[in-house]
Parts: sequence; C-alpha cells; structure tokens
Amino acid sequence: MKIIVCVSHVPDTTTKVNVAADGKNIDPAGVKFILNPYDEFAVEEALRLKEKYSGEVIAVSVGSDASKEAIRQALAMGADKGILIKADKSDTFAVAELLANTLKTQGADLILLGKQSIDFDGMEIAPMLAELLDMPAATVVVSLQIEGSTAIAEKEVEGGKEKIALSMPCIISAQKGLNDPRYPSLPNIMKAKQKPIEEIAATASAPRTSVIKMDKPEKKRIGKILQVDGNANAVAQQLAQLLHEEAKVI
Amino acid sequence: MNILIYFEERNGSIRKPSFEAIEAATKLGASSIAAVVASASSASVLNEQAKRAGIAKIFTVDDARFGEYSSKAAAKVIAEAAKAFNADVVIIAATSRGKDLAPRVAVRLAAGYVPDVTNFSVNGSTIHATHPVYAGKANVTMEVTTAVKVFSTRPNLWKAPKELSTNEASVEALSLNLDESDFSDRTKELMLSQGKLDVAEADIIVTGGRGLKGPENWGLIENLATSLGAATGASRAVVDAGWRPHSEQVGQTGKTVSPTLYVAIAVSGAIQHLAGMSSSKTIVAINKDANAPIFAVCDYGIVGDAFEVLPQLTEAINNVRRH
Repeated sequence: MKIIVCVSHVPDTTTKVNVAADGKNIDPAGVKFILNPYDEFAVEEALRLKEKYSGEVIAVSVGSDASKEAIRQALAMGADKGILIKADKSDTFAVAELLANTLKTQGADLILLGKQSIDFDGMEIAPMLAELLDMPAATVVVSLQIEGSTAIAEKEVEGGKEKIALSMPCIISAQKGLNDPRYPSLPNIMKAKQKPIEEIAATASAPRTSVIKMDKPEKKRIGKILQVDGNANAVAQQLAQLLHEEAKVI
Repeated sequence: MNILIYFEERNGSIRKPSFEAIEAATKLGASSIAAVVASASSASVLNEQAKRAGIAKIFTVDDARFGEYSSKAAAKVIAEAAKAFNADVVIIAATSRGKDLAPRVAVRLAAGYVPDVTNFSVNGSTIHATHPVYAGKANVTMEVTTAVKVFSTRPNLWKAPKELSTNEASVEALSLNLDESDFSDRTKELMLSQGKLDVAEADIIVTGGRGLKGPENWGLIENLATSLGAATGASRAVVDAGWRPHSEQVGQTGKTVSPTLYVAIAVSGAIQHLAGMSSSKTIVAINKDANAPIFAVCDYGIVGDAFEVLPQLTEAINNVRRH
C-alpha cells in the first residue's frame, strides 16, 4: 500500500500570538514551530497500515526549507521518504492545488492528513484535494478500517459519529482519538537524518482570497470574583442571582 | 446580490445553523435568497420548514440515492444550484458537514472561500469576512477576490428567523446527471450518543478540569449541567487522563466553542484551553487557586473548592430556574 501523508509546520500550541508589524500575519519572533498535532495522528495511522499491509509512507509538505522540519519529524516517526514542494503559500486553495499537482503523479492508495492545521484552522485542504483529485474523502475521522478496496471511516459529527464507506484510493483527515501517535526513538531520529527529502520547485497560482488584517480579539470581561470565605451557600446563591439578573443567561 | 444558502437536513429536519445563515445573508445585503436541499427526505416536509422569512426559492434534487448522504454528490448539487441561481455568494453553516462541503463547493465554482466566519462587514460591493485563527487567539479579516464567493458561518452567532414566511417559495427540482462515481463516499449510518448534548452546539457548557481529582467525581459536573440544561465539556488534562472522551474536549486540540454561558470548574486555564472558549458570551470560573489564569478571562468567578461549591450552586440554580 502506498500512503501519502500531507504534513504542515505550525506554531506550537503554547504560542502566544502577536501580530507582526504588517498587521496581517503572526510575528514569528520567539515562536517554536512543530509538526501539526493532527498530522501526527495521520502519520501514525499511515505507519500502522504499512505495518499491517506493507508498502511505503511518504510525507509531503508545501512551504519553505523550514517545512522540512515537519517532514523530518514524520520521517523520525517512521515514514520512508519526504517530498517538499517549495513554494510561497499564496492562500489555502493554492496550497491544496500545489499538493494536488504533486499527488497526481504519485499514484497513492491512500492520502492521509490532519483534520486541520492549528494555525489557520480552516479544515479546507482535505475537501479541496477531494475535488481537485476527484477522490472520495472523509474528514474528522476517529476510526479507519480497510476492507479490500473499501475504506470504512467513522467521522465525528455533532452528537455522535457517522460511518462512511469510501472506495479507494481515498483521502482521510485525522481527528484526535484515531490512534496514539508514537514518540520517535533516538535511533529513529538519527536514521531520519539519512532519509531522502525530494524537493520540487513550484509556483503557487494567484490567490483567491487576501488578508486585510489580523488582530487579537479584545472582549471586555466583567471580572467579578467572589470569595467563599467559609460560606459556599452564600456565594452560590449570589452567583446564581448574578447569572439570572445581571448577565441574564439563565 | 443573489445569495444561496445550503439547508442541511438531519432526521427529516433542517438544522438550526442553516436557518441562522439567513440572518448572515440579510446582513450581507442580499437582494434575493435561495436555499438548496440535497436530501431524499420528503421534499414537501423540508420545503415546509424551508419557508422562512426571505427565502424566495428552494432548489431540490429528486434522487433516492441521497438516502445515503454523500459529500461529493451534495457538493455537486450545491454548485449546480449556485449556477442555476446566478449566486454571487454561497453560505454554508460551518457544521461538521458544512466544513466538509464548503471547500468542495468553492473548488467547483472556482470561488474564493473564507471558513468559519464570525463577522461580516460590507462596504459597497466589498465584503470583509472575519474568522478566528490559532483557535481564537487571533482573528483574520479576509476579502474574497473572485466573482463568486463562498463562506461558512460559525453556528450560534446569528439568529434564526422565528417566523415562518407566509410567502410561498418557488421550488425548482434540479436536473443533474449524477453517476455512481459521484456517490463514491456514502454515509452508511449515523450513530448518535443518546440524550447527550454536543459541546460544539450547546448554548450552555459546563467544563470540568483536573482539579476534580478523578472520574468518580464527574457526577458533580453532570448534576450542574443538568440543572442548567448544559452540555459537559472537558479540559485536555481530563481527556488525556482517560476520564472523558475526546469528543468533549474544549481547546486548541479539541473543540472551539462559543456558547452563551461557559462554566469552567477546576480548570486552570492553559492558553490552549482559553483559545477554545474565549469567544463565549459569559464565562464563569470556579477554582480554588486564586491565581489560576482562567480568572483573568472570566465574567464571574468563585475562588473556592469545587467540591464544596458545586452542590450548593446546583441547588441555587435549580431554585432560580424554578421561579
């Protein structure tokens, strides 16, 4: 089975977001970048399928040389090789299109990726790839079984799950809960340094969206703090009244 | 401006976030609003529900294969309806299904797309759409530069019109050539957890953190949730410890929520958690550590032991709600 995992390089979840001087982007100063956490589930699932059915796992990313770090992390987990599509990301559609152009030449049986990148949180790439590659896709998947040439995926939806049958090759976006990603061992981190990363130079097509500004949400909070001081009943009554009469939410 | 809204159906009803999109469309200055339903459920029932204020036209598709939902086929139906209606804008509520459909429709229409929009501002023919990024730590305001524009709107932020319109919407059945390959993904089964509200949709959420010490104490959270009619949420620490399923996790690697009331119990308020709930309308925090970061973002807080406060608060809220 040939499996492609699309990975992205994103600011760590502990990042405090500061807006850059251009007012449109995050200020990268002091920000630590990591392999997108949802992509770890995708890489893990690919490795488990390879262990079961044999085959090859290729990690693909779009971006600058820095994105090699994300690929390297996937290689350290156990992926066989990497592909870096070197291009400026003009917008999300352009990234999906760059990925699709490369994936078309690869003939994968399965394409895996995280359900969203934790930077722009758009959840756009998997559905866009589905259309661009004319492949079935299931997103936000928490369980995946392969039965012959059919993939059976469970997608998380409001209040439960949906069971989806897809003809392969297909695209699956991973949600937390799909598996427990492995930590790369030290020998595997060393081995990953020797694994090949192919570089493909590409040009993104014209963007379909443009960023006008980035800013931080400023919401004024009332900040009324009550102290229990030995009388939990009194503060509980007080809070219930405040929620009822002042905030009017109950 | 012609605006097409996708009406998402579940178990024979159109879901609330789809109706909320009507207000978003009105805010954008729609001159004509149409809806599209891609479902095998009785068209007449759905059309009855679809006759809401402002809807001039309803596009349907008459195809028994929609008995099993297919994302690919639904995207094709929406895109064809957009063409038939000469839509300038397509709005799809950012539900689980909508987040999957909207990018597909955008690709089909060669349209730019902004996901999970929380606010629109309109200046002449220019639309600025704001969507939260970095799990809500920042907002990005975007402009779509293509002629046709696709947006998904975050649920719970717009009001669904209450009144059914007395005007009959005209119904047009789309004639499409859908072949088997258009149904290459099929939803076989919807498995709902019985009687449980989902954090992603709930109007009130009560979230428990690791300060509750163990899963055996979760009943305190559930009792308060029941008295408020709330869904229960969990911090990442609680999910990682295996007390609660990840479908309840609120935060950067869980769900981003914006309920009317968010109650955080024994949650310290790590930056990843705050990112996922800071757009809630009213935030309440209960924690015995007066220095917990959650107090910096709350409207009302109680510094005290959750084990002591929760039973009293549940009782007090029951009293308020009874009157």
